[in-house]
Amino acid sequence: MVDNLLEIRDLAVEFGTDIGTTYALREVSFDVPRGKVTAIVGESGSGKSVTANCIMRLIQSPGRITGGQIHFSPNDVTAYDIAALPDKDPRLLDLRGGSVSMVFQEPMTALSPVYTVGNQVAEAILCHRKVSKEEALEEAADMLRLVGIDDVGRRIHQYPFEFSGGMRQRVVIAMALVCHPQLLICDEPTTALDVTIQAEILTLIRDLQKDLNNSVLFITHDLGVVAQMADQVVVMYQGRVLEVGSVRQVLKTPVHPYTRGLLAAIPGLATKGERLATIASVVGDADLITPHPLVTLADGRQVSLPSDQLAALELANG
Amino acid sequence: MADPLLEVTGLYKSFDGAAAVDNVSFTVSESETLGIVGESGSGKTTLARCVLRAIDPDQGIVRFRTSDGEWTELHDKTDDELIPLRQQMQMVFQDPFSSLNPRMTVQEILEEPLIIHGIGDRSSRRVEVLDILAKVQLDQDSLTRYPHAFSGGQRQRIGIARALILRPKLVVCDESVSALDVSVQAQIINLLEDLQEEFGLTYLFVAHDLSVVHHICDRILVMHQGRVVEQGTVQEVFENPQEDYTRLLLSAIPSPDPDEPLNPLDRKSLGL
Repeated sequence: MVDNLLEIRDLAVEFGTDIGTTYALREVSFDVPRGKVTAIVGESGSGKSVTANCIMRLIQSPGRITGGQIHFSPNDVTAYDIAALPDKDPRLLDLRGGSVSMVFQEPMTALSPVYTVGNQVAEAILCHRKVSKEEALEEAADMLRLVGIDDVGRRIHQYPFEFSGGMRQRVVIAMALVCHPQLLICDEPTTALDVTIQAEILTLIRDLQKDLNNSVLFITHDLGVVAQMADQVVVMYQGRVLEVGSVRQVLKTPVHPYTRGLLAAIPGLATKGERLATIASVVGDADLITPHPLVTLADGRQVSLPSDQLAALELANG
Repeated sequence: MADPLLEVTGLYKSFDGAAAVDNVSFTVSESETLGIVGESGSGKTTLARCVLRAIDPDQGIVRFRTSDGEWTELHDKTDDELIPLRQQMQMVFQDPFSSLNPRMTVQEILEEPLIIHGIGDRSSRRVEVLDILAKVQLDQDSLTRYPHAFSGGQRQRIGIARALILRPKLVVCDESVSALDVSVQAQIINLLEDLQEEFGLTYLFVAHDLSVVHHICDRILVMHQGRVVEQGTVQEVFENPQEDYTRLLLSAIPSPDPDEPLNPLDRKSLGL
């Protein structure tokens, strides 16, 4: 069995618009190891969510995958390339909500307002397994208990509007986990929540990941959340991967100027009374637009830099 | 310490019998930044709006020192009486997309407050608009464009320019940097601090992001269920919080250092 559940190679996505083609992803490559949390971090427009949507094959016209592979090696079936599947391939039905599932940013829009919470969690089971509605509801109740919903017997018959934001996000997590996905994609799952509720949801996702030992792809723009959640970090900018490494490598000793800029721009205890660094002030006149290949350094991390800066880095690292 | 600019005493506002702001009192000094923090539903936005009389408080006293140095009471003014005072109190909103009229050009958006308050003529207003545009670091050719042509950060600059063109004394920033990416957020925070220094502005800074509040504010009010549970200087509140609720909020901030694990306090065991 390969150590990586997902290996993304040279993934490219384009969106054709009236004013020309937008290259949403260019040569995106990274791995999602089994049983680990991988975070994708970047600003709006960096391609984080497009990457997630590619894995679920949710890119719709005018967007299309124009190149690259998404090698998926689930535990139970033969490995295949998600990017190469035809639109009607039955494996896509198993994939979506089955072996891969997703938690979205806005829990109110992710849930249907006209079905009870229990029905929505049970629906995921009924889509993927041949069980009776009663059994599905029972499993849904167990799952809701697991994600920390109290008084499940009553709550399961309630509608999403009767839940607070944090509780709704717990329901969405229950829906995502109920079919035991091997990969859970969390797309900014706590951005719409209060900091206290965010802490609860992060703790929940982290604890469940440890218990279930699945892989998590965590998409966020918040480096504090990355530090708390991730084992491995992928830094994206304008549709490209600039740096990949362990959470300590990327957050404590970043090598790419853009990563350093992102970190410096966070207001922290040390910045009190000072001007905040902006990405522009840290990056200076370094060119972030010209693409460079991802090169693996001696310490195992990967970085996309011009060759002269790479040489200087490798010299410094011995 | 600088002279006080705003004094709020016993402010109370309820919606359908539920108290949104419950007996809140505080003072803001000139050129100071007061942070109002709390979770959603804690009443921080309602408090800010009551102060500006964007909504009417049920009870309480709001006193404001105008630019001629006289104290005036805001809470019992009629809408007409408030109009001249509104020049001195402005607001910057959270969402840079919905707070600008999509059918108005930047020139029209920035000129409108001057027209409403009957300031200047066409050519002097044009000078003012160009001046404020430069202050928020936007190009002159922005003037003929519509809000959709700008990024989130640029729109927030337009919102700030609109608030500052009347040269207010008090500016309420209601989650003004919450919707922005971290690098754009840093630029807007720097801009707000520069403008504060240049114009001697006083900020009422409503936010839920405690690291931003720590960076920009001098003093903080912590709100919980409509009440102020703690207030003090930033150092006092962050380094030595007195209330469980403040400790709960502080413990929930995820540190960008992976070696400082998140260990939030448990709300239930604190009885909150």
